[in-house]
Amino acid sequence: MTVRARVIPCLDVANGRVVKGVNFVDLKDAGDPVEQARAYDAAGADELCFLDITASHEARGTMLDVVRRTAEVCFMPLTVGGGVRGVDDARALLLAGADKVAVNSAAVTRPEIVAEIAERMGRQCVVASVDARRVAAGRWEVFTHGGRRPTGIDAVSHALNLARLGAGELLLTSMDRDGTRDGYDLDLVRTIADQVDVPVIASGGVGHLDHLVAGIRDGHASAVLAASIFHFGEASIGDAHAALAAAGIPVRTVG
Amino acid sequence: MTVALIDYGAGNLHSVHNALKAAGATSIAVTADPDVLARAERVVLPGVGAFGACAAGLRAIPGMVEAMEERVVRRGAPFLGVCVGMQLLATTGEEHGVHAGLGWLDGTVAQLSAHDVHVPHMGWNDVVPRVPHPLIAPGEAYFLHSFAYSGAGVLATTDHGGPVAAAIGRDNIVGVQFHPEKSQRYGLALLERFLAWRP
Repeated sequence: MTVRARVIPCLDVANGRVVKGVNFVDLKDAGDPVEQARAYDAAGADELCFLDITASHEARGTMLDVVRRTAEVCFMPLTVGGGVRGVDDARALLLAGADKVAVNSAAVTRPEIVAEIAERMGRQCVVASVDARRVAAGRWEVFTHGGRRPTGIDAVSHALNLARLGAGELLLTSMDRDGTRDGYDLDLVRTIADQVDVPVIASGGVGHLDHLVAGIRDGHASAVLAASIFHFGEASIGDAHAALAAAGIPVRTVG
Repeated sequence: MTVALIDYGAGNLHSVHNALKAAGATSIAVTADPDVLARAERVVLPGVGAFGACAAGLRAIPGMVEAMEERVVRRGAPFLGVCVGMQLLATTGEEHGVHAGLGWLDGTVAQLSAHDVHVPHMGWNDVVPRVPHPLIAPGEAYFLHSFAYSGAGVLATTDHGGPVAAAIGRDNIVGVQFHPEKSQRYGLALLERFLAWRP
């Protein structure tokens, strides 16, 4: 077979606590990101993503501790995003045990940050994260601040530029679809995925397992990220793998 | 029963350390000291990043390459290289220029060619043994790399736009392109076998 489509659950973490994550019934402390990470590790998630939505810079140390404790007990790839402003932030997360860092707002202001991290830490550990909103047919704009603030930057050319600068992977989130459960913005994902060599992760809008299938099959993504379908216990990682497999998409046989 | 985990400023040291512990290693020395290496029972060389930078980092430790050659090549301590730590076994690497590797295996490391496949090769893929080896079992492991080895001693391959070396080695020396420390049960089982290996 070939490299597998990846299913990536995403946990929003604020001040070291999960604010949007999985509702596993058997966790002693469901608010502890490490406990949730362990549960996903056991469930056979292909990777895990922590998004640090802590507003204050002071809480960064808390996130490093979460990453460190997670890496002690989880033996799967971990991507951490949120608040990565430069090479030093990236290095601190990687040393704590993250395998990849996602860079978002900082790369809007200064795309070169992607090249700087790639040169120092290797291209494979830089995920360029782009939040996009559709502004016209076939045209998307980069938004920041949780999708509230327009930047005037064309999302497709921004994403292509970040890949050219050395991002090892692109994480594309549709701010129109995020939280709607209507499915990914497949046009956005496919438009970018078809123009880059690096893998693309589809994000934003999953409400059903069919959406994961569409992200890979129709969006041409290499990986699918989701939060709430796992969060509310509607689907397990195994269900997600089974849905992809049933559509003829290569997935891991987690045994 | 000390496992020396070589600290040469290259990446995922702590992940490999955690995984070795989970696989049952009781005494792990994270070290940049050639004398510690000379006494170690087993040697692990991790690595993330660029070939040239990693090779330079290893050579920047006075006496380290010599100590590795003495302990591993001449005196036969079991050796495991991971990702770039595997690639460094090659004679040369062609990442940002041509750099000399350890040269323990006659081969070269070059960019994965991208037609119809994504680079980096990122995600879970098959490990298909090409020759019987006590450490390398068939299964699925996590790969994350843009450069690949070709040359002597290929023990297992994976498929990414054609066969790609997944494990290489000879005698007491093994390198894996994938990340056992990130490959859940498959990876931990490989590390357990490495800890028990008597080549």
